[in-house]
Amino acid sequence: MISNVWIHPSLILVLGALLLPLIPRQIRKAWLVAIPVLTFLDILSMQGQNGIYGVLHFMEFPLTFGRVDGLSMVFAYIMALMCIIGTIYGLHVEEEAQHIAAWLYVAGSLGVIFCADYLVLFLFWELMAFSSVFLVWFRRRKESLASGYRYLLVHTAGGLMLLAGFVLRYKVVGNFDFNLIAPGPMGIDSWLIMAGFMLNAAVPPLHAWLPDAYSEATVTGAVFMCAFTTKTAVYALARGFAGTEILVPLGTCMALYGVVYAFLQNDSRKLLAYHVVSQVGYMVAGVGIGTQLAINGACAHAFAHILYKGLLFMGCGSVLQMTGTSKFTELGGLYKKMPRTFVLTLIGGLSISAFPLFSGFVSKAMIVSAGFEAHNYTAAFLLTLASVGTFQSTTLKIPYYIWFGKSNCSEETLNKAVDPPLNMQTAMVIAAALCVFIGCYTPYLYNMLPYPEIAAAYDPYTAYHISETMQILLFTAFGFFLVLKRITPHETISLDLDWFYRKGGRAFLWIASKPVQLIDNLVGELYRLIGLLPLMFTARFCSWFDWHGIDGIVDGTARTVRGTGAVFRRFQSGQLQYNILFAVTIVAAVLLIYVFA
Amino acid sequence: MIVKLIDFLRDRLTLVVRSCYVLLALVVLTDMLFVSKEHAHTALERIPGFWSIFGFVACILIIVFSKWFGHMGIMTREDYYDK
Repeated sequence: MISNVWIHPSLILVLGALLLPLIPRQIRKAWLVAIPVLTFLDILSMQGQNGIYGVLHFMEFPLTFGRVDGLSMVFAYIMALMCIIGTIYGLHVEEEAQHIAAWLYVAGSLGVIFCADYLVLFLFWELMAFSSVFLVWFRRRKESLASGYRYLLVHTAGGLMLLAGFVLRYKVVGNFDFNLIAPGPMGIDSWLIMAGFMLNAAVPPLHAWLPDAYSEATVTGAVFMCAFTTKTAVYALARGFAGTEILVPLGTCMALYGVVYAFLQNDSRKLLAYHVVSQVGYMVAGVGIGTQLAINGACAHAFAHILYKGLLFMGCGSVLQMTGTSKFTELGGLYKKMPRTFVLTLIGGLSISAFPLFSGFVSKAMIVSAGFEAHNYTAAFLLTLASVGTFQSTTLKIPYYIWFGKSNCSEETLNKAVDPPLNMQTAMVIAAALCVFIGCYTPYLYNMLPYPEIAAAYDPYTAYHISETMQILLFTAFGFFLVLKRITPHETISLDLDWFYRKGGRAFLWIASKPVQLIDNLVGELYRLIGLLPLMFTARFCSWFDWHGIDGIVDGTARTVRGTGAVFRRFQSGQLQYNILFAVTIVAAVLLIYVFA
Repeated sequence: MIVKLIDFLRDRLTLVVRSCYVLLALVVLTDMLFVSKEHAHTALERIPGFWSIFGFVACILIIVFSKWFGHMGIMTREDYYDK
């Protein structure tokens, strides 16, 4: 927004992406930084300008592209900030298409955040799915191709659920306005819309696409993906379904589910992907609790999460980029080779585990406190339990098995391992600095939340809370190191609910190739027997009849004529004396018959 | 610098481990003696060192459960989906 002209931030990104191939190589890096920064400035200029902007009319439907308020602003702010960090991280990537895909993806996310009706929401929602899948495909492994297709199919199914929900809702309320639906009587339309949002938020059982795709994405692609899809869905849930009680148990289960699966992983990026599921569980539970403190907590946690999860994916992505692997069984003891990556990843780990002075501490606590205040003790205690698992996997397991522990590195891996290029380090430093800054200076984040006065009254740094957190974390570390020898990672994968559609796909293929093919063959044979054979017989008979019957008559006439002609020809040899002889003979014969008869 | 610091600590591993034990004890003692429990939400939390016990038990619980769950057939060979 410049003075009174409202410029949609997605527009800047889309134009920037479309013009990117035309930008001369010399200034391309500057362009790559300038466009996200411009987008961020655009959003900064909207602060304090709450209202509705950018309304277009399409047939009888008003399309609202710009709803600026507390909730949309906090999400838009962090999305644009993450776009800057992610683009800097990927600055070394030469392939323009990767940047274009990433920016279109962010544009989709910002479009969803600012829209105020379902038609525009659907448009941007699909833009997100169709641009982000390229961030998986661009890794160009055979597995990435398959994984990307699964990602696309799952999101298409989610999009269809949403679309069905929107259409049914239009039948009920007569408009496409995107506002708070629940709590209130929820019809099938509301459930469908909520399911569509939950699929993108990776709420089990609709979550398996996330670890599947994120672990297969490109190094920079995963940094983008871990920030935008799920958090945009959290925004949509907070906008439409704040206070829906079912989200509290779902979110809590999600937090624990992610923790258990994360613990089983051997691939560090898959471990992190499961912790996205776990952390988004806190936000979903916060949305479900629905009090002002809880909504603040969900937004704050989304904000902090985007930064520290981005940082963690950048750290493990750097290891993957430099060594070519992200598996614990192929890494270890790298602290001498990649010390800066280690420290920066550790900061991400401490932030996600809500260590005091780091960002998670000031955001996660808000949701747990809201749970306690709403007297939902089961959820509050279980969410605290999940935070133990987070600390275990992210802050202890990842650093230990990559940078310390037994070195499983091949000689090739060891030779290649160094800290990543400067741009990647810069991006990590920015994210790490923000993680610490948010943890130390709470008003920065708290003033941006949808209910700033509630947030200002909340103080995470009470002696009790610090003591509680330190005890939980330190004794978790104690427990972890006690059993360290028994939890060595192995070369395994863990089956998740994607088993059903991955094996289901195989089953479909089998059904198509075996029983369906068999039936097809049978029908073919049957057709041959009762259709084709009589047909051929009839055809042969017709052919025979034609030849011997019809043609016989026609040809017989012709043959008779020919035969007669041949007989006559003998009499007409062309020699005059014979002709005279025959003529005289015939005349003589006629005379004799006449005389004697 | 980072590497030197880590190597410095690794050379004195026993000392580091002992300091950690001291730190654990200090955290529990501080909780018992100095921290006011007025912010506690439930009666359970008034048990001295409650969150230490919670942290330790939760850690072991998650590990044991995850391992049990993983060995139920959830963890499998890497080429499972290729065949």
